[in-house]
Amino acid sequence: MEQQNININVAKREKDNKDLRVKVEARDLDLWYSDNHALRNINMDIYEKKITSFIGASGCGKSTFLRCLNRMNDLISDVTIKGKISVDGHNIYAPGVDEVAVRKKIGMVFQQPNPFPKSIYENVAYAPLMHDIVKKGSDCDELVENSLKGAGLWEEVKDKLKEPGTALSGGQQQRLCIARTIAVKPDIILMDEPTSALDPISTQTIESLMLSLKEQFTIIVVTHNMQQATRVADYTAFFHLGEIIEYNETEQIFINPQVSKTEQYITGQFG
Amino acid sequence: MEKNDDYFYIPQLKKRNRNGKIFKWVCASALISALFFLFIFLFDMVRQGYPAFTQAYIETEVTFNEDLKSNPYSAFDSDSFSIISRAWMRGLPRMMDEDPSLKGTEQKIWALANAEVDQYIKGHPHKLRDREQKIVDRMLEEGSIESKFNVIFFLTGDSKIPENAGFYSAIIGSLLTLLVTMTIAVPIGIMTAIYLEEFAPDNKFTQFIEININNLAAIPSILFGLLGLAIFIIFFGVPRSSPLVGGMTLALMSLPIIIVSSKAALKSVPATIRQAGFGLGLTRWQIVRDHVLPLSLPGMLTGSIIALAQAIGETAPLIIVGMIAFVPDAATNILEPATVMPAQIYTWSGMPERMYIEKTAAGILVLLTILLSMNGVAIYLRKKFHTKW
Repeated sequence: MEQQNININVAKREKDNKDLRVKVEARDLDLWYSDNHALRNINMDIYEKKITSFIGASGCGKSTFLRCLNRMNDLISDVTIKGKISVDGHNIYAPGVDEVAVRKKIGMVFQQPNPFPKSIYENVAYAPLMHDIVKKGSDCDELVENSLKGAGLWEEVKDKLKEPGTALSGGQQQRLCIARTIAVKPDIILMDEPTSALDPISTQTIESLMLSLKEQFTIIVVTHNMQQATRVADYTAFFHLGEIIEYNETEQIFINPQVSKTEQYITGQFG
Repeated sequence: MEKNDDYFYIPQLKKRNRNGKIFKWVCASALISALFFLFIFLFDMVRQGYPAFTQAYIETEVTFNEDLKSNPYSAFDSDSFSIISRAWMRGLPRMMDEDPSLKGTEQKIWALANAEVDQYIKGHPHKLRDREQKIVDRMLEEGSIESKFNVIFFLTGDSKIPENAGFYSAIIGSLLTLLVTMTIAVPIGIMTAIYLEEFAPDNKFTQFIEININNLAAIPSILFGLLGLAIFIIFFGVPRSSPLVGGMTLALMSLPIIIVSSKAALKSVPATIRQAGFGLGLTRWQIVRDHVLPLSLPGMLTGSIIALAQAIGETAPLIIVGMIAFVPDAATNILEPATVMPAQIYTWSGMPERMYIEKTAAGILVLLTILLSMNGVAIYLRKKFHTKW
């Protein structure tokens, strides 16, 4: 109960703040992997054009919840999901909603950089072409250029767009994956530990990229790295054993946690 | 000063190292003996088979007259008659029909020697009588017997006259059969694999199907022959001995192998590629078509070619569907009776005449060459379509 009150408090306070708009609403969300109750009664509002981070120990359900937000869990058999997730007030789990259309609006960047084994250009252009966002030709070239610029990769690759995306360094590959995602023009970008496979310098580049991307996109990031949450996130949710223990402005979570479990986690007493 | 004490000493280390070395050598000797047997086999095949690629010809005088048409044997004296191939003599009237200018002339031509002469000059056991041997010896001195490249082996079909027996109809039969097998098994196999691996839900039913496909790959091939006989010939009435029925039977046999290897090729494409596609809102079909298939294509091609290579070397199921029949003329379409290379080799291996021994070995060499080149193509395609990453 304690946690519910806190979350509602956050919601109340933020509603007073006129700049904030709720982008994603999760209500009474429960998820089971066959018999394993992996998410319990998740209620959460995620705000538009902010970075929200999910922290918590391994197996706490933070990635599972992230994957609920663009229905990636539908790909796993034996998953049961109850409850509701709405984006701009539209339930993504409503009958008749195609998960492919959901994922076009809600893009995803993964832990391991996973460019397609094709050229840099094709990596960015493929999905927009498939979605009919652009036709082949100068429009497409422009979109590729803008997306790569948006991901801060253009200067490094503009002379080698024909080379395979897999030949880039790890950090560059991850930025290519981000460019590929923003080329589809989603509203929301989900990032599942986007820097955990990268070196510190690439991590820094990605983090500053995230900060610049939040002007256009709502970003939700799962991270193992609490310092990263403090560096980039406006809001932070702490997950434990499938529940949201605490959700607040990042500063509040780290300076003034309301729940003792949160304090234990951020001070490194477990996890 | 360097100290030389027991600081780095472990009691059983010597023994452990020795055990490791022994194991390494046991493994290496397994490889060496395998190579040894392979070498012996190849060496023996080449030694026995290469004489079949040459054949003895005799320079002889033929009078082309009307008698020759009704009785070609009459054109020869008793000396030549006993050493020239009957099959060749029977071909004379046709030679005259094809070239009418020969009529009424006397020509010196190279005639095919019979099998015994051929075996005699190759130094093999033969059944020439003393008188014939003397004739042959004399002709050898005169230079009117020569060993020439054996075109007959590659241009004619089977024959009961050993010097006239060739591999051609078997090669054509094998190619037609393989064509049928390929057309049926490769598309069905690859599409089944794509469905099972990419689209099918993972439930009890699909698991049951997959287990059974794996089991089918291990079924003795002769059972597929019985299946082909029962279903294709008896139930559907497909002509017996035809490349169509043989090809369909071999397709049944190759299908599980193609499915299993194509599934493995699809499985080897990392899941992260599919996730990337899903994360971008691509449909499953788009992901499979443009990202998964290009990566798994080399593996699928290799698996299919290996399965087809196995099919081309298969004898047992084809014997059951009648492809072991004596077929002197090459089939011109997939409904005519035909024989295949391994069946032809099997038939020759049971023939009493000495000359068929070398034909058997030569047939094996041709079959091996075709199998090796198919494997070479598989390697080439794998290299060519391999995507770097």
